[in-house]
Formats: sequence, structure tokens, C-alpha cells
Amino acid sequence: MTTVAVKKVIVMIEFITALSDPDNEFLRLALYIGALASLAFGIIGTYVVTRRISYLAGAIAHCVFGGIGAGIYLQTVVGLKWFDPIYGAVASAILAAVIIGMVSLYAEQREDTVIGALWAVGMAAGLLFMDMTPGYFDISSYLFGDILLLTERDVWMVAVLDAVILVLSIYFYNTLLAICFDDEFAKLRGIPAGAFFILLLCLTALTVVLLVRMVGIIMVIALLTLPAAVAGHFSKRLWQMMILAVFFCMAFTWSGLAVSYTYNLSSGPTIIAIAGTMYITVLIISRNWKKKRR
Amino acid sequence: MKNAVYLKNVSFSFSERPVLEDVNLTIKRGDFASIVGPNGGGKTTFLKLLLGLQKPDSGEILVLGRKPAKSRFRVGYMPQHANLDMQFPVTVMDVVLMGRLGRSLGGRYSKKDREAAAKALSEVEMSGSANHMFRELSGGQRQRVLIARALCCEPELLLLDEPTSNVDPEMEEAFLNILTELNQRMTILMASHDLGFVSQVVKSVICINRRVVIHPTSEINGAIIKDIYGGDFRMVRHDHRCSEKGHRHD
Repeated sequence: MTTVAVKKVIVMIEFITALSDPDNEFLRLALYIGALASLAFGIIGTYVVTRRISYLAGAIAHCVFGGIGAGIYLQTVVGLKWFDPIYGAVASAILAAVIIGMVSLYAEQREDTVIGALWAVGMAAGLLFMDMTPGYFDISSYLFGDILLLTERDVWMVAVLDAVILVLSIYFYNTLLAICFDDEFAKLRGIPAGAFFILLLCLTALTVVLLVRMVGIIMVIALLTLPAAVAGHFSKRLWQMMILAVFFCMAFTWSGLAVSYTYNLSSGPTIIAIAGTMYITVLIISRNWKKKRR
Repeated sequence: MKNAVYLKNVSFSFSERPVLEDVNLTIKRGDFASIVGPNGGGKTTFLKLLLGLQKPDSGEILVLGRKPAKSRFRVGYMPQHANLDMQFPVTVMDVVLMGRLGRSLGGRYSKKDREAAAKALSEVEMSGSANHMFRELSGGQRQRVLIARALCCEPELLLLDEPTSNVDPEMEEAFLNILTELNQRMTILMASHDLGFVSQVVKSVICINRRVVIHPTSEINGAIIKDIYGGDFRMVRHDHRCSEKGHRHD
């Protein structure tokens, strides 16, 4: 064995020992949530990539920041002690999904301008609410994610989200496939394509909200789209793409967590860097491979 | 009720820009009509009005005797495939089965649906490609798969948007035979910018360039073409029968 390989094995062993250390509860939680989250990310990410709505998903993610800000404001200044910022985040994500969906369906032109505006206004609202709230907030943990913030409650919430997404995407598989492939034709077959589109955006919104704490608002879109984009290169059917995307997402999050723990780096950016590198590599290899086949 | 399509005083505009003005038109059942006209002349819009995807600003449209949105289930539609995502991971069968959607809640496909899809594929002579990926087909093959998807709806009226673009010249004849065969049992209305192709099989020609004029195919000549396209054109005789066996000298 080469020295590099030996080092790798040692690092892996260190990471596995670290996992069994009772002081590292947060690391185990992050791994569980990473695995559970991959299911939601893989399935919803596949829809987002094939329906080409990653820009809309990005806008929803940034509107979530406004909701978090409003949640903090309501809790601290207005005195609604029970109002956890996560409620604000969920409410703003669903609201943003419905508004953005309506704009996308009914605005005949300048759709991108309206969505870009919502994107920025969501961020601005979040910051303004935090300005108006006394005390210090670690904004960067919302923007870039922080696995130390994960709790056992997150495990349950992500598990429930997974169940909802699984049931809907299996039951409506054919319908959602038709809507992503050719929504105009789906409409002609009597399917309420607009309603399904908004449902898809709402599921995207929920996925984004629940996973913002892991990779942050800014990078959540990358973890939603990159595994699905990589999977798309190896899939013949939409369901194959979903299964592969779940697998890739899990591989990216787990290896990202291991690397970030070992080298003392932030987990979110490490996960995204690995996903991005894989995506670009697959893109280059498949391009060259296609050229050779011609 | 003999009319497949009936339009009375129909006008349509896209944010102030008029696309169709005061269109009056009837297309009889069993007709094989082609819509010709320059790009941007309103051909696709006309089809979308018949499908109820666009609403006219004024006037009345009846498709198979009812409002367009109510007749959708009896109409098959083949869009221009250039508008579809060519990276999408679907097989030919997946695409054709979409023609059977809307028959059950949730969109499960029954054995009957699969049989109908297989039959539609064989009608366009694409049975061998059922498990191929849609993105790996040639342009002409994709057109035929999309026609199969429309046939899967068991339509009484078939609307085709530019079915001849991307079809190889050798395949064109076979393609025409398929359409002529289908015309035995359904009305066909297709948009095309290829006039030569059209006059071979089509029974009537609808010219759209904001206004609408109908001609029987035998009438098409230089003056009419100039009128539609608004410029001088050279006519090229374009008979498909001058090759090999069918070569006639009279």
C-alpha cells in the first residue's frame, strides 16, 4: 500500500472512532439527517432539474431568510415565545412557493425579473427584521449552515418530510413525469398542471427549509440540483435518476462530513465542494466519451 | 354535425400585437388540411386556440361541435418537439403512455393503456423502439413518437405542429403514407411551412398570415403564394413520383 492509501485508511478509522465517541452526538445526528435528507433531496432535486426550476428553488431558499428574520422578531420583540423561527421559515417558504409559482404560470414576460426581485427582497426582509431585534444573531449559520445547530427534532421533521414526498411522488409518478416532460400536453389530458406545479414548488420549499440548517440558504440549491444532475448522466428513466440522485446525495453529504470533521473545515461548503467537483468531472468525462463514440 | 372545426369572427392578439384578425373558417370532418404561412404568421397560435390553450379576444370557436376546452379529450396534439427537453430521461414507451393520462386518478397505467400505446407505436412503425431512450432518436423518429402519443388519445381530430421539420427526405414518403392512412378514420390538421410537401396529400390548404384564406390544393399557384408570404417566390415543381418506378412522361 502506498503512503497516501495508508493515510486515507487512518483518516477513515479516526472518523469512525470519532463517530462512536459519546461526545460527538452532533456528528451522529448530522449523519442520520444527511442520510434522511438525501431521500428528499434526491427525489425533489430530480423534479427540480428536469422541470428546470432551480432558479425558482433558489428564490424560495432566499425568501426563507425573510421568514427566519420575521420569526426571530416575533419571538423576541412581539413576545410570541412559542413562535420558533422555523415556523416563520416554513410559512415564508410556502408563501414564496405559491407567489413564485403564480408568477411563473401567469406572467407572460419578465418572469425572471420578478423572481430575481423576490429573491433579493426576501434576503433584505430577513436582515431588516434582525436589525430591529435586539441581541446578536449568528447570520452565517443560516447562510452557510451549521451542523452544530441540528437537534433530534430535525431528525423527526426530515423523516416526516421524506414520508410525505415518497407517498406523493410514488402515487403521482406518471402525472409528475408528464408535467416535467411536457406540461402543455399534460394539461390537454385534463390534468391540473398549474396545481401540480405549485404542489411541486411547495414540496421544494419544505425540502429547502428543513435542510437550510445543514448547508445554509446560499448552498442548499447546489445540494438539491447537483446530485440529480450527476444522476441524470447515468439514467434512462426518471425513477432511476431519483434513486441514483438519493445515492449520490448521501455519498456527497457523508464524505463531506467526514472530510470537514477530519480537517476541521465548515461542513456545508465541504459538502458542496465535493458535489460540485463530482458534477464537473462527470460533465467533462461524459462529453469526451460522447465525442469518442461519434 | 359535419364540421370538425368552426371559427366565426375570431381575433387574437399577444399583448397588443395582432396575430389573427377576423378569422372565419370551417373544416369538415374527414378533411386533411394543412395550415401554411410564414414563421410568426400565427400557425401555432391557431392550433393553440383550437386546443383551448389560448383564448380568443373575440369571436366563437367550436371544435367537434363544442367549446375547445371541452373537446380536448377527443383531440390529439403533436407539438413541435424542439420545445421539449432533450436531456430528459424517458423511454419511447414512457412518452407514448402520456397520451393515456387523465383516465384514472393519480395516473396509473392499466394493461389496456399499455396495449393502446403499443398499437399506436406500431401505427407509426416505431414498435422496435419502445424501450429506446427518447433522447437518442433522430428528429424524424421523435416526430413519429409524438404522433403515436397523440394517437394514444384515440382522437377524432389530429393536430400536428410542423410534422415535416427534421424528417429526412427518404422518410418523408413513408411519413406521408402513415398520415394518409390515419386520415381514413380521423380529421387531420397540420401546420407546415413546407408548401411542396403539403400539396402531395393534403385535401385543402389554409393560409395564415394574420388573415386566413382557404384553398383547395389544386388551386395553389404563384399568385396565391405571393399573396400569403408577401413577396416574390420562385416555384419549384416538387413531385415525389419522379423517382425510380413511378416516373411518368405524359
